[in-house]
Amino acid sequence: MTRTTIKGLLLASSILGTAGLAHAEDVTLTIESWRNDDLAIWQEKLIPAFEAKNPGIKVKFAPMAPTEYNAALNAKLDAGSAGDLVTCRPFDVSLELYNKKHLADLTALPGMENFSPVAKSAWTTDDGKSTFCVPMASVIHGFIYNKDAFDQLGIQIPTTEAEFFAALDKIKADGNYIPMAMGTKDLWEAATMGYQNIGPNYWKGEEGRAALIKGEQKLTDEPWVEPYRVLAKWKDYLGDGFEAQTYPDSQNLFTLGRAAIYPAGSWEIGLFNTQAQFKMGAFPPPVKNAGDTCYISDHNDIGIGLNAKSAHAEQAKTFLSWVASPEFADIYANALPGFFSLNSTPVKMTDPLAQEFVSWREKCKPTIRSTYQILARGTPSLENETWVESANVINGTDTPEVAAEKLQKGLDSWYKPAK
Amino acid sequence: MAYGETGRVASVRIVIVWGTGLLETDGSMSDALSVQDGQPTARRPKRWHILVFLLPAFLVYSAVMILPLIETLRLSLYNTVDGQPAFVGLANFQTLFGEERWAHDFWNALKNNVIFFIIHMCVQNPIGVALAAMLSIPKLRFVTFYRTAIFLPTLLSFVIVGFIWKLILSPIWGVSPWILDLVGLKSLFAPWLGKPGSALIAVSLISVWQYVGIPMMLIYAALLNIPDEVIEAAECDGVTGWSQFWKIKLPLILPAIGIISILTFVGNFNAFDLVYTVQGALAGPDGSTDILGTLLYRTFFGFQLQLGDRSMGATIATVMFLIILAGVSLYLFVIQRRMRRYQF
Repeated sequence: MTRTTIKGLLLASSILGTAGLAHAEDVTLTIESWRNDDLAIWQEKLIPAFEAKNPGIKVKFAPMAPTEYNAALNAKLDAGSAGDLVTCRPFDVSLELYNKKHLADLTALPGMENFSPVAKSAWTTDDGKSTFCVPMASVIHGFIYNKDAFDQLGIQIPTTEAEFFAALDKIKADGNYIPMAMGTKDLWEAATMGYQNIGPNYWKGEEGRAALIKGEQKLTDEPWVEPYRVLAKWKDYLGDGFEAQTYPDSQNLFTLGRAAIYPAGSWEIGLFNTQAQFKMGAFPPPVKNAGDTCYISDHNDIGIGLNAKSAHAEQAKTFLSWVASPEFADIYANALPGFFSLNSTPVKMTDPLAQEFVSWREKCKPTIRSTYQILARGTPSLENETWVESANVINGTDTPEVAAEKLQKGLDSWYKPAK
Repeated sequence: MAYGETGRVASVRIVIVWGTGLLETDGSMSDALSVQDGQPTARRPKRWHILVFLLPAFLVYSAVMILPLIETLRLSLYNTVDGQPAFVGLANFQTLFGEERWAHDFWNALKNNVIFFIIHMCVQNPIGVALAAMLSIPKLRFVTFYRTAIFLPTLLSFVIVGFIWKLILSPIWGVSPWILDLVGLKSLFAPWLGKPGSALIAVSLISVWQYVGIPMMLIYAALLNIPDEVIEAAECDGVTGWSQFWKIKLPLILPAIGIISILTFVGNFNAFDLVYTVQGALAGPDGSTDILGTLLYRTFFGFQLQLGDRSMGATIATVMFLIILAGVSLYLFVIQRRMRRYQF
């Protein structure tokens, strides 16, 4: 499949290349990407929309297999044969490309003002001075629930921690549904859908995350241990044998209608819409006390940058400014429900579930996953350790306090906060 | 991924070939000696063609096995200092054994690996011997069918085996809770792969299930090699049934059992694939199924946000190499020399 796609692209590019000779004034920009799932969306929606507005610039989307992307892109950049535009992975992978001068500084790009500092954080240097990729999309955490089950049991959408557990108790007492579909077998579910999902409400999003990086807070402090205490209580509401339940198991339990609540990331929306036969709704992670400010994990996932050696830097910047515009955000977010634009201008989306998710941005403060920036780059990586410890807490292998202590100890072994 | 596999295989698998290679030379050495005994002083013309014929294999083997191994050993003495690769002597080993976290991970992996090996030795090999003994009963019907059926899992890809067993043991869709329920023993079922106490045993038994065919085949071949005269003589002396197995057959297949043990040892301390497919690279829960192979993989190539550390990875690979080398040498120089062989 991929091979035929690549062959097709090669063929297309050779034809386009000769076509380009005929119209010497046309410039063709090539985009390197790992999102081969998105090829159709780029060719049918995004590129025509851009080319209609910018005559003289042609754009070619040239994706490859996700697992090959990082290595192949590095090789191409070193050899000077990479495309003009480069899709950016979040955090350290792209930061390294920028440090090696493969990616151009885009701090002053027109359109960059459309993004908040949090949105840009995944592609900004540690000191926050330079940004090198235009943020394209993020994923939001929350809970997706089975509306039919909630109606049947007369459960209101929980907004506080107490209401949340009351709802779980009610579902459990009824016995028809597994209260929550999550397993700890794959470890990352416990960390990503659990800890990083509910945590921001306790460590106050960016405030806590920044304090952790600066060394003002420790993982053993109350705001970081408390989400683990809440997580430990989830154990009683998960399905039988959740210790050996994998991620696809959890997805299937929910879409088959056997579980009432699914701790989710918004990337599930596309799949769930096609598989679930019941009505679904979503709610943000419940806050501790009614009236508290809510925080959500709005995690940067994909961006796009400029190859520093591009021969058509001016045209490429025109394109990047368009990517930073609300128009691009609108097309992209609607074509891929669950991958949300990071643009500050709210996007009108047609998918109700995606709309629900993105509406939280207006009432809650967004943050990114606490373990991704800077803290994951040493050995042991805090992200990987968090997977293990989150699963341990839910399994009851470690108490929340012990887990927090282990994490802090691992972090202390290599990370010295800048003073 | 593919690159990763080759790297690991090249650095560690070499030991198997080296080990069995020695075993083979050890076997053929006695033949060579007896030939030389016959005509010790005769001068032979130099047989260059032997060298010429050996050369291609030697070159390929050196390029894909020996050089990577030497390179791995060399890399374990180097590390990045101030952004430049530099010779650091045994500092990497000092880190591995001296720093609390590294040491914890390493000893945990080694301990699990030893348990993994013990389970294979205590379950896989006795079952293999028992199956072979049963297959060699002359009156048994459908021998070929049983032999094929039992050997079949060995031929399956570990990816398939891991996937099948994950499904069988799944608490949600699995066959095992359902079957236990049928006989009223549902209470015995637990999510074995997800519990720190049972995950390693479960994974080991899956591996045993997959590879039990190999000891069975080797022992079966050894049993078939026992001449009928020996058995008949035993019967004339009144040694039959169980005592015949213990007193006649078992001593005769001991060398085969020795070879199986060393193959199991090398295989187990190189193991990685099954744990990786069943439990993932973090070898959860709580590192309870982490063996040396998975620790090496995570360290060398990195995982998720953890960047790979080639020097420390090479250090672990070197330690694995030394462990296997020690095990194989112990067998070759201590155990095999004391083993009695019988000529018929």
